[in-house]
Amino acid sequence: MTIAVSTRPGQPAASNWVRRLPEYLTIWVPLLLSAAHLIAFSLWTIWISFTPSTLVPVSGWVGLRNYSAVAASRNWQIALDNLLLFGSAFVLLSLATGLILAILLDQRIRGENLLRSIFLYPLAVSFVVTGTVWSWLLNPGLGIQKLVHDLGWTSFRFDWLIDRDMAIWTIVIAAIWQSSGFAMALFLAGLRSVDADLIKAAQIDGAGPIRMYRRVILPTLWPITITVIVIQLQFAISTFDLVRALTNGGPGIATQLPALVVYDLMFQRSLLGRGAAAAVLMLLILLAVLLPYAAWRYVQRRRAIHA
Amino acid sequence: MRDPNFPPSRILIYLIVSLIAAAWLAPLAVVVLNSLRTNEEIAQGSMIGWPQHLAWSNYAAAWSGFCVAETCAGIRPYMLNSALVTIPATIFSTLLGAIAGYAVSLWRFRGDSWIYGIVTLGIFLPQQMRLLPWTIVLRDTGLMNTLTGLVVIHTIQGLSFTTLFCRNYYVAIPQELIRAARIDGAGFFRIFWRIILPLSPPILVVTVIWQFTHIWNEFLYGVTFTTGQQQPVTAALIALSAAVADIPQHGVQSAAVMIAALPTLLIYLIGGKYFVRGLTAGAVK
Repeated sequence: MTIAVSTRPGQPAASNWVRRLPEYLTIWVPLLLSAAHLIAFSLWTIWISFTPSTLVPVSGWVGLRNYSAVAASRNWQIALDNLLLFGSAFVLLSLATGLILAILLDQRIRGENLLRSIFLYPLAVSFVVTGTVWSWLLNPGLGIQKLVHDLGWTSFRFDWLIDRDMAIWTIVIAAIWQSSGFAMALFLAGLRSVDADLIKAAQIDGAGPIRMYRRVILPTLWPITITVIVIQLQFAISTFDLVRALTNGGPGIATQLPALVVYDLMFQRSLLGRGAAAAVLMLLILLAVLLPYAAWRYVQRRRAIHA
Repeated sequence: MRDPNFPPSRILIYLIVSLIAAAWLAPLAVVVLNSLRTNEEIAQGSMIGWPQHLAWSNYAAAWSGFCVAETCAGIRPYMLNSALVTIPATIFSTLLGAIAGYAVSLWRFRGDSWIYGIVTLGIFLPQQMRLLPWTIVLRDTGLMNTLTGLVVIHTIQGLSFTTLFCRNYYVAIPQELIRAARIDGAGFFRIFWRIILPLSPPILVVTVIWQFTHIWNEFLYGVTFTTGQQQPVTAALIALSAAVADIPQHGVQSAAVMIAALPTLLIYLIGGKYFVRGLTAGAVK
């Protein structure tokens, strides 16, 4: 097909349309593929969650039976409890770590770039790799506990990885190590954009460094804090690879998380309807975080326009 | 403010920062050191220790020797699989994202903000909502358990990110530039080629690094839609851990882990600045 470069006057509209066909196709095909797959896939998964599908998708209607089956299962209840604990502990601790790192790096120290790279490198590595490495470090017979025993302190215990009650904390540790750097990067950007006049005014008023942070600088960071919380929560809700590599949900099902339950139902037990229901529940949990955030962002923006 | 006398408070700051940095580097150091220790040496002590002598043979064994599920070709075929998925999917999704970003930000057409809004929702939609539909699509197109199937998935799903990155970059280009070019008779493709692409290298680098890192590190689709010899390296690492669970070969496994992590680590070392820009692009806007 040839593409005419100039438009001759009086050319009929139809041939104009044909001439611009490659352009329309290039614009619309990728965008439509992307948008259509998002909508169609979501609707299809939601539909499957209301059908009695097991090994293969079948039509039919079972109402909320899949949802009640998932919600009543021990696997899902443990996954939800774990998500609540893991989500809040991970978000709070990575927020604190990130903020402390950002404040420390903001003290005009030498080697800031190097240190920043060190705190951010885990984000460039796959969760499968980091999960595997942490599973070695935290394995009592191989890692830190073994090292301390070999050094002579034989009563030392650090066996959370095989302790049903504590195993979820190993995931918290690995997740904090992997993604505190992200919080640090955002906080550091926030600290660097604090109005210089504001700081100067506070200095003239005689504010010391601690007072300066508490009263002047940190209050300007709360919009960034909310963004970091939402992004980290989104990560926590969909955590899969890290747990798969670190504990694989164990010991037993002690570190089960929603994403693992979905995978287990869909591909190991071949209960497609229930798997889809669990996936939709995951989406609802995510929306419970994202919708208030979107509303807040909308209000913020409107205020910025009117101010 | 820099104090010439270097007071104790500053020494404390350096001390704390160095300790945390050491903790952050420790897991990497442990894997690097273990990859140079023999399996026997690790079995006698712990995973944490200094190599008695450098066992480079671990890398040879990891690359082309050890066995995963009856195939003894090392990690090489899986690295190749990952490369054959990651490189095309990165190129396609970046190129299509650049065109789409240009179309919705500068060319403008009816319905552009609607379709852009829907496309960016893909950033938030959990992968679990798409697992079953992709299974059906791959099965019906005969792409199940193929690298092509993974390329298709990562290209289409990557569009959400690449379109967002490029669109946010292109909105800063003055609309008048495009209007003037259109009056001169330049069309959609010519403007993209002559005006937009020459302005794009910074955002294309960010997008390519982001896509490469994410697709290389992806695990869920790899493990769901491929098996055996078709698996990307992330899925193969999990299979390897399971395969050697009875007689662990931690030296060789560490070498395999290092090899698998190397491509994205190298990219991070070279283009860290751009990687961080991608990381914060979605958040601070």
